[in-house]
Amino acid sequence: MMEMSMELRCDQAGAPESEQDRYALLRQVISQYEAKESNLIQILHMGQAIFGCLPEDVQRFIGQEMDLPLPRVAGVVSFYSYFSTQPKGRHTIQVCLGTACYVRGGKKVMEALRDHLGIDVGETTADRRFSLEVKRCIGACGLAPAVAIDDVVYKRVDPNRLADILGRHA
Amino acid sequence: MVHLTINDTPVTAHPGETILEAASRNGILIPTLCHMEGRHKVGACRICVVEVQGMKNLMASCVTPATDGMVVRTSTPRVRKARKILYELMLSDHPADCLHCDRNGRCEFQRLGETLQIRESRFEGRRSRDFVDDSSPSIVRDTAKCILCRRCVTVCSEIQGVGALSPQNRGFATEIGPGGSLRLGTAVCTNCGQCTVVCPVNALHEADSTEAVWKALSDPRKVVVVQTAPAVRVALGEEFDLPTGTLVTGKMVTALRQLGFDQVFDTNFTADLTILEEGYELLGRIVSLLRSKGLVDDRQLETLGLPTHMAAHLPDPVLPMITSCSPGWIKYVEHFHGTRLGHLSTCKSPHMMLGALAKSWFAGKAGIDPKSLFVVSVMPCTAKKYEITRPEMEQEGLRDVDAVLTTRELARMIREAGIDFARLPDSAFDSPMGLSTGAADVFGVTGGVMEAALRTVYEVITGRTLPFASLHVAPIVGLEQVKTASIVLENVLPQWSFLEGLEVRIAVTSGLDGASRLMDGIADGTSPYHFIEVMGCPGGCISGGGQPRSPDPDFRQKRLEAMYREDEGKPLRKSHDNPDIQALYAEWLGEPGGHRSHHYLHTTYTTRVRR
Ligand code: SF4
Ligand code: SF4
Ligand code: SF4
Ligand code: FES
Repeated sequence: MMEMSMELRCDQAGAPESEQDRYALLRQVISQYEAKESNLIQILHMGQAIFGCLPEDVQRFIGQEMDLPLPRVAGVVSFYSYFSTQPKGRHTIQVCLGTACYVRGGKKVMEALRDHLGIDVGETTADRRFSLEVKRCIGACGLAPAVAIDDVVYKRVDPNRLADILGRHA
Repeated sequence: MVHLTINDTPVTAHPGETILEAASRNGILIPTLCHMEGRHKVGACRICVVEVQGMKNLMASCVTPATDGMVVRTSTPRVRKARKILYELMLSDHPADCLHCDRNGRCEFQRLGETLQIRESRFEGRRSRDFVDDSSPSIVRDTAKCILCRRCVTVCSEIQGVGALSPQNRGFATEIGPGGSLRLGTAVCTNCGQCTVVCPVNALHEADSTEAVWKALSDPRKVVVVQTAPAVRVALGEEFDLPTGTLVTGKMVTALRQLGFDQVFDTNFTADLTILEEGYELLGRIVSLLRSKGLVDDRQLETLGLPTHMAAHLPDPVLPMITSCSPGWIKYVEHFHGTRLGHLSTCKSPHMMLGALAKSWFAGKAGIDPKSLFVVSVMPCTAKKYEITRPEMEQEGLRDVDAVLTTRELARMIREAGIDFARLPDSAFDSPMGLSTGAADVFGVTGGVMEAALRTVYEVITGRTLPFASLHVAPIVGLEQVKTASIVLENVLPQWSFLEGLEVRIAVTSGLDGASRLMDGIADGTSPYHFIEVMGCPGGCISGGGQPRSPDPDFRQKRLEAMYREDEGKPLRKSHDNPDIQALYAEWLGEPGGHRSHHYLHTTYTTRVRR
């Protein structure tokens, strides 16, 4: 059970399909961690693996099972950037805003992406296709500004040609 | 003993004491902001920094223990400069609109600025928050004003055991709140208001009702009735610089008349009424339990002199019975112990009873259309603002109570009206809901409702006065969190013979954390009690969430003593001796627990989501 959960941590594949089974699995995880507050972070990780993200209902469930107030659970979830309360899109766009990219048009790229997708940093499009994130430096400074979509890095991105790039990620 | 030097003066400290504590005991003042004596030590603001010889960094004196040989300086140029910078940084993220802020003149952040002699504001910056959460009927959160001291977090989770407020996000985006999409109105919050008492700024305060009350007062078609809770009269004076613990009953009544209220009634009157309703409810439950065990037969039941309606419909034999005057406590039980609502007395809280009676009995008697009545309750409590919105608190389509003012809000209205409170003459409450016994006064302090109930119930069963010096049940007087006692019933009246020798066990608690522990005992079947009194705020209503914020460390004790003084000064000390209550029963209500009582004075509860 623990081993299977360890795999779940990396991607949601293998998590149960139905809501009910997901909650049942999460309940098991919580009791394996003895519902201890000191294990909250691990439990949240597992919860995110099982559900793909940690929406409020899942946080409330964890709070109730662990006898912790929801505001405290929400406080931990919102403190760490790797927890997400919204489902991630199929593709993650990371705009590099390291110094080099920033001065060479990264900010413009970001603005164009925001306009194009109609979402802000940290959000996901309604069709769940893209999530938008910021990266400090992705190591492509020589070819700034750079954007990574999943594991493909696009260099010297022209803000006017974004539609093209996005089109490659269905 | 620890020996150290502060500002070149040798001083001693108790082991474990902080630099701040050692300094203040020795007459050296160190400015603080987030610190709350004995309750909240998190080192959040660092305003209290001092220089400690041998340490590179300045130390936060409120969290640094004093150690042997320490050499401390509390006011060097470096220290003063650091404090100013810290303050100005906080100021750069604070809308300093003091001139139209409720806390103007009563704000710890403002006062600190004066102490530190802030003369400029060098940092301009983006503001991190500007959201106002007014979703709760009791409490408003103005996030822009928050200085992130976290006092409210400590009080809500540690003293109240609720946890409705927690730090959210991090860095510049940090905010104190319920988190996610939750608002105070949708979170598990009891509306107790303890957070508003400790908040140093205007970031947490009661939802305003003064505007609604001013409006009603100036409406010629409205007959505006006001009532005041027992705890208001022992604290209101503080808002007008009278010494803590000054009783201002008479001045308060005069002030209310000058504000234009048409009738000034006393919630104490219905506190006496509560004792009769709740006292008989307790007797009914005990009899009901014994009857279910076959220990009381029909013939005995008839001789008891129980109210007829009650004898015919004995309440469910659920013990311990728990008091229900504190709406924060009620909401807490509904959230956290939703399967045990049967333990709660079905009595409405006294001010709800008065509202219900005002719009029925009094309106009829005075020939006033109940629709034109506007009932205002002045309460030490923020949860009462929520209580009046509960759907069950109405009859014939009329709300029992129309507005609740906290003690602080009443003080604001008195100031706004230009009333020189300290110099007002005394006057008396209006009839027919103004007369009360001493038993009603002590309703405002932890242990008081229990004591008042015992004064009546003991006498019903034994025919004798409660055997305690000046009627105070000594073991349950005081500010401890949980107090217990037992009273053995001896030489009872013949009809109550089946109670002879019964040891009545009682428990009293204030603050929700202690209440939770007593509930756990009920849940696991170990609770030995027959009757439990719970007040949601630590110390009881005297330190309710709507009371003046006091800088006096002994304010609870002083207000408590004032309550007992008021009780002892009354010619009548037992609720059942109140002639106006007797008249109300004779004239209209019938008897305790009767039909009319059930319709107007009793209520029901709702199970709510936990966490
Ligand atoms: S909270 Fe205090 S400092 Fe802030 S605006 Fe109000 S009075 Fe001024
Ligand atoms: S009103 Fe009481 S329960 Fe609600 S947030 Fe404030 S302290 Fe917590
Ligand atoms: S709301 Fe008030 S008490 Fe709570 S952290 Fe902010 S300033 Fe402090
Ligand atoms: S008063 Fe010491 S850190 Fe705030």
